[in-house]
Amino acid sequence: MTQKLLSLDDRLGLDKYEIDEQSHIKIDDTCCVNCELKPCLTVCPAEVYVWAEDKVAIRYENCLECGTCTVACEGGGEGGIDWRPPQGGFGIVFRYG
Amino acid sequence: MDEFDVVIVGAGPAGATAAYLLAKAGLSVVVIERGQEPGSKNVSGGLIYAQIYDEIYPNFWEEAPVERAIAGHSIVFLGDTAVTAMGYRDEATAPPYNAFSVLRARFDPWLAAQAEEAGAMVMPGFTVDELVMEDGRVTGVKAGGDELPAKVVVIAEGTRSQLLKQAGLREDYDPKDVSIGIKEVIQLPEQTITDRFQCLTADEGAAYTLVGHTAGAEGGGFIYTNRDTLSLGVVVKIDSVYKSKRHPHEILDEFKSHPFVARLINGGEVVEYSAQTVHRGGFHLIPKMVGDGYVVAGSAARLLLNNVMTLRGMDVAVASAAAAAQAIIEAKEKDDFSAAGLASYERHFQATSVYKDMQTFKNAYPLLENKRLFHVYPDMVCDIMDDMFSVRAQPAKKGYRALRDRMKEHDVSLWELAKDMVQIGKGIAI
Repeated sequence: MTQKLLSLDDRLGLDKYEIDEQSHIKIDDTCCVNCELKPCLTVCPAEVYVWAEDKVAIRYENCLECGTCTVACEGGGEGGIDWRPPQGGFGIVFRYG
Repeated sequence: MDEFDVVIVGAGPAGATAAYLLAKAGLSVVVIERGQEPGSKNVSGGLIYAQIYDEIYPNFWEEAPVERAIAGHSIVFLGDTAVTAMGYRDEATAPPYNAFSVLRARFDPWLAAQAEEAGAMVMPGFTVDELVMEDGRVTGVKAGGDELPAKVVVIAEGTRSQLLKQAGLREDYDPKDVSIGIKEVIQLPEQTITDRFQCLTADEGAAYTLVGHTAGAEGGGFIYTNRDTLSLGVVVKIDSVYKSKRHPHEILDEFKSHPFVARLINGGEVVEYSAQTVHRGGFHLIPKMVGDGYVVAGSAARLLLNNVMTLRGMDVAVASAAAAAQAIIEAKEKDDFSAAGLASYERHFQATSVYKDMQTFKNAYPLLENKRLFHVYPDMVCDIMDDMFSVRAQPAKKGYRALRDRMKEHDVSLWELAKDMVQIGKGIAI
């Protein structure tokens, strides 16, 4: 009874996306450098936020649009994330939901 | 562009139901939905409680794409390797049903179609970029570069409530008051699900709420049977996720690795991975739901009812939408869409059974902050059950002795146990 463990990328690979050319997420680098906790690096279920070369890099195309990052950033971080919904029809397309 | 009576943001259960009721009453209504189709952005654990839906959409289960009628409910405490469960099932599930499992990408389009049939216009594929405000009054929305004026805007945009935030019409959320739900849809043959979950037929299903084994985060797990898939997930407080330093998908992995869970999903194939913020649904957190030119309904108003036994969002949303629709119809008669003209929304909502239930269970709110409930008691309860059922070389203990010895082992004092019992009692029993 062993269930094959899926990596995060395996999981994201199952999902359907309509990828926009533009990122719907913007980052205020100065906020994030000063952010001690950086909760976005932990809480995002798609690991959209990655710490690279002293700043937060975003893989917006993986976003599941759950809203966790903004809640964590507002209350536990420095408010450096500006998240807007992707333009109409773009982003994640749930087939089950 | 002509002014609509009502512009509704979001074609989820709240938005679609407000549209359905308002269009039926003869108002001009447009629903703007940012997904390609209604439902394509929406995620739920997946149970709808039927009572309010049945009032608005009589016998909806005959037509709507529901998955299974839930006949069995279980609460399961996950110990390290053992489980202790409490279950209830009705062997004669019949209309009017209590609850159904649903998949939102299938269910929400049906709701939107009801609104369309009643005369509402549903526009998927458009994101509302902002609320149009004049002197503090909402006068319409901006979407896809166009402005849509309206007498009243129904904000039913879901849990993240982005437009209200941008317009400065809501406070920031505290991460301890919001959870994240991480979910997988797991495919299995229909007959396997029917047999494995002891359902009589493929129309009948089961719901499990599970406590424990969530990698140091406060919350719980769920498994619901759909027709030929399972909905499985964990819902944990956001602050506890970043404090635990564990990624959400790792918490999900830990949950799935428990032998009890692994057995239920054995052989299944994951077909979708999703996540959604879930308000903890504090009665004290219900915000102002009315302003000049707008009302807020459903999850956008942080509405959710969690009393451990039931986690209700989709029926609460519909109840608030129905109350909002009633208030808007009255405001239309008076031609007054100011906050005062729409104020009957809150009164109508307060008269619903949903609101009264939220009030009844308002003391269940602190339970999610009590770490022992999630990280100590599930395992301790299993250990005590082990003492009760196992025959060993050592002398057996009566219940109280077993309890005290296991409490010592799990580092729980009598005072802590007493306090927790009172908290649980006040939350869900007394």
